[in-house]
Amino acid sequence: MKNGRSGKFAGFRAFFSVIWRNPMSRAGFLILLVFLLMAIFGPMLIPDLKSDYANRLQPPSREHWLGTDLAGKDTLLQLILGSRDVLLVAAYAGLFAVLIAAAIGIVAGLQGGLVDRVLMLFTDVVLTMPSFPVTMILSMVIQITDPLVFGLVLGLWSWAGLAKAIRSQVLTLKHREFIEASRIMGISKLNIILYDVLPNLVSYIAVNFISIMKGAITSSVGLMILGLVPFQGNHWGVMIQVAISQTGALMGSASMVYFLAPVLCLMLFQLGSYFFASGLDEALNPRLRS
Amino acid sequence: MRKLIMPLITILFAIIAMFLVIQNMPGDPVETLAAEISRTENLEMELAYAKAKSVLNYDPDIPVFQRLVGYLGGILRGNLGDSLAYRKPVLDLVLGALPWTLLVLTVSLALSFTVGVVAGLFIAWKRKRWMNALLNLWQSIFGSVPDYIIAYLLIFLFAVTLGWLPARGPYSAQVTPGFNMPFIASVLRHAILPVLAYFLTTVANWTIGMRANALGSLGEDYVAYARARGLSQRRILIHYVGRNSILPMITSLAISFGFMFGGSPLIENLFLYPGVGYYLNQAIARRDYPLMQGMYFIMIVVVVLSGLLAERLYTVLNPRLRER
Repeated sequence: MKNGRSGKFAGFRAFFSVIWRNPMSRAGFLILLVFLLMAIFGPMLIPDLKSDYANRLQPPSREHWLGTDLAGKDTLLQLILGSRDVLLVAAYAGLFAVLIAAAIGIVAGLQGGLVDRVLMLFTDVVLTMPSFPVTMILSMVIQITDPLVFGLVLGLWSWAGLAKAIRSQVLTLKHREFIEASRIMGISKLNIILYDVLPNLVSYIAVNFISIMKGAITSSVGLMILGLVPFQGNHWGVMIQVAISQTGALMGSASMVYFLAPVLCLMLFQLGSYFFASGLDEALNPRLRS
Repeated sequence: MRKLIMPLITILFAIIAMFLVIQNMPGDPVETLAAEISRTENLEMELAYAKAKSVLNYDPDIPVFQRLVGYLGGILRGNLGDSLAYRKPVLDLVLGALPWTLLVLTVSLALSFTVGVVAGLFIAWKRKRWMNALLNLWQSIFGSVPDYIIAYLLIFLFAVTLGWLPARGPYSAQVTPGFNMPFIASVLRHAILPVLAYFLTTVANWTIGMRANALGSLGEDYVAYARARGLSQRRILIHYVGRNSILPMITSLAISFGFMFGGSPLIENLFLYPGVGYYLNQAIARRDYPLMQGMYFIMIVVVVLSGLLAERLYTVLNPRLRER
């Protein structure tokens, strides 16, 4: 037990060194780090933007690197401020989806029998209903007021695929020696789940967490473009929606920058997640390390 | 027979779940209409409410369970209720919308599947570095931009800037719908951009999947044996590698179709394309419950059917599963 702490620390170092060695996941890690720093420190350093109607829809200039929007607010500052809610919404959505999926997948896999069949029927039904339209309706039923609720709405219908995958992973784990041994030793089910099953699923869940996050960002912006989320605050989706519906960015006006800037950020973030996830499995799963 | 029970149960559960969710939506359409009637016709609220109820043929005072039973009974008789906003039977609207969505989805799915499979096979066979790099670049770009953003950019490029293609509607106002050349040409021209939006964002997935499968098959003993027998490259690629690599992709077809169907509200809204997604959007915006339920119903039925179809296709194409 003496070297427990340094042992954990060594785990972290091994994790990052694997991520760092793979050029793709290194690039992804750096991109995500920039966005994370933006989301954490941006809103602390930047005061609330004030409308400045004298300077609306300016092209990029030295004072406004990416120009200004309809109300004369700086586009670049809005992007930075918006990153926090974009990331929060996506992270909450991923978290809720992973929690539901892990609970259902693990219980169905370990319990088996009737419980398994009922849960899988439920999962199949959820899987069959196209998730974006369902989320559209859910966003009308649940009043979206803050990132947490938004994340919940997005997460409620994106867990089914992961739950099935976790269940089949659990089924293969179930009859491995170390779990059989725990069971014979009379260790409680909860402890088996916490100490024997979950650690084996971590890398799998982490990779899926990122892909659910990617999906959540796509859907959140989609919902905003359709005008279904009365979201107060800064979010890239709001910027895209305003650009499309109010400034006529599509008609080739000068506000194209205002449309392209959040789109580009969205793309970079998705790309960063995709790259990062490509090395994540290897970094978290010691068995895959070379 | 057993194969059909599961899809039916799924459809039933899905309908009930959606029905209950929709019933709990805030904003009562009867109240909204009643307020409007009482304002325009100067009626007392109670009278206006009764009138609104009869106009809409929708009574919020009946218990939810009874309404559900009524709704399910209606479905069995082919009656999906009447749309509140369009004042038409929902079934008519559904049958009018479905062909447009199916047209765009099947064309883009067929296109991206075919191109992806051929390209994936080719890349796996050639093993050229630059081809893999190009594929990765393509996937990095189109895999990280949502399809509706691609659609916006396509509209901006081809419809607004270049003016080559129409951006809105299913066909132009100058043609008369029917079986005539101008109409068909117009429909095809209007479908190009929506199809392209789906195609560009999905083709790399098929290519990558096919490449992986084909690389696996190329290493198999039967391919080495076929080479040793002196069969032509073409024959080996199509009959030995291609056929075996395509099989696992067939099951993904249904999943992909369902996913594209789910994205249709955004794409169709953008192109003002009167398909299922477009009407679903309209129904939500106008709080038209029967229309919402109807569009959901057809969406789920089509997704379940596509799953069955893919399974059937798989057994037909896989000689190992063929019944003797």
